[in-house]
Amino acid sequence: MEIFLSVWLVPGLILLGKILAFVVPLILSVAYLTYAERRVIAAMQMRRGPNTVGPFGLLQPFADAFKLLFKEPILPTQANSVIFLLAPMITFTLAFVAWAVIPIDAGLALADINVGILYLFAISSLGVYGIIMAGWASNSQYAFLGALRSAAQMVSYEISMGFVIVTVLLTVGSLNLTAIVEAQKTIWFAIPHLPLFVIFFVSILAETNRAPFDLPEGESELVGGYFVEYGSIPFALFFLGEYANMILMSAMTVLLFLGGWLPPLEILPFTLVPGFIWFFAKIALILFCFLWVRASFPRYRYDQLMRLGWRIFLPFTLIWLTLTAIVLFAFDLLPDPNLPPGL
Amino acid sequence: MAPDLGPYLAIAVFLVVAGMISLLMVMASFVLAPRAPDPEKNSAYECGFAAFSDARSKFDVRFYLVAILFIIFDLEVAFLFPWAVALGGLGVFGLVSMLVFLGVLTVGFIYEWKSGALEWE
Repeated sequence: MEIFLSVWLVPGLILLGKILAFVVPLILSVAYLTYAERRVIAAMQMRRGPNTVGPFGLLQPFADAFKLLFKEPILPTQANSVIFLLAPMITFTLAFVAWAVIPIDAGLALADINVGILYLFAISSLGVYGIIMAGWASNSQYAFLGALRSAAQMVSYEISMGFVIVTVLLTVGSLNLTAIVEAQKTIWFAIPHLPLFVIFFVSILAETNRAPFDLPEGESELVGGYFVEYGSIPFALFFLGEYANMILMSAMTVLLFLGGWLPPLEILPFTLVPGFIWFFAKIALILFCFLWVRASFPRYRYDQLMRLGWRIFLPFTLIWLTLTAIVLFAFDLLPDPNLPPGL
Repeated sequence: MAPDLGPYLAIAVFLVVAGMISLLMVMASFVLAPRAPDPEKNSAYECGFAAFSDARSKFDVRFYLVAILFIIFDLEVAFLFPWAVALGGLGVFGLVSMLVFLGVLTVGFIYEWKSGALEWE
């Protein structure tokens, strides 16, 4: 019994506590991201935004959550009910498990695995399943078309994201996320790889189905896209998953290009601020750009979207990857794989 | 002794916890919310019409084409991952062989482009 306690129960509870220390703040950030989105866009359009529930409308996300909780969950008659309910659960779960490997400060990750970036790439690829399952199980024209569009769009932009990640790996020589950040001590990769940084940012807009690439849920054409049949909590799960994915993709951008938890300059006033504050500030900056883009640009047309992904981003990232490999090789700048990563 | 799975155990537990949260939320909504099913309410959304036909009809073949092209290029990326990490120790041979591989794929890509597989009217 004592062995059970010391070997299983205590470490198990510690692990559970650590996981909740990631999940609870994440849910709160998602809630306040929806609030920030409404306030920021309202300000950009000279409106007020939600300001009635609580001080400055700060309790608005909770009001929305409780409203959705007490709405009637609907199972359409022709839908495959199991897949229909499984789809939002998969989207939500995937958007959250990816956070297991994100280091928020030096050595402060739940699981600092050696293949961190590969894990993130794999989890974000799986996101398509939730959408395809929702579109298929709903058995509704709008949901089906929305799911097809969304899946084609996500896989198209995933390729250029893959090439961008590989180029960064060439420069670092490790798949470990901590090593990727430590390698940016001298210079953030956003500077030598500036075009890639821009491409990556546009690709994550498309990958998360955000404006101006929000065709799958283009209200004026497809009503709600793949979640047109959803209401109540299953809808809330899609919503939470989508916003958690936005935060995750912003975190990936920060880790790959903006030096993670590193301060902008290694001089005194900046080094006093703890690393995770820098990390969150950079994520907030990228998220603000998400909202800014949404308020500024009209929606893309589907053929333009495919053209941008396949004919501009794909060849460009491929050429940049080849050039990076040749330049690093020619000037003997490649990281030595025999050294431990990060050195 | 507890098996030492290290960080992967944490990921597995995280997966279970996140799955449980979503399951509990769905169950809570079925328990807490009022339910009054109605044939009209539960029919598929079709702007007020009864659905004309099953939604799982034929769709544009280009979606298949995009999926197939995606598999080719995603596999390519999967091959590039280990190469990118190890290139420092591979020497000229490693660099040139990957460039040849990328060259072959680029020829295929140009063929796709010219044959119109990337056209969306």
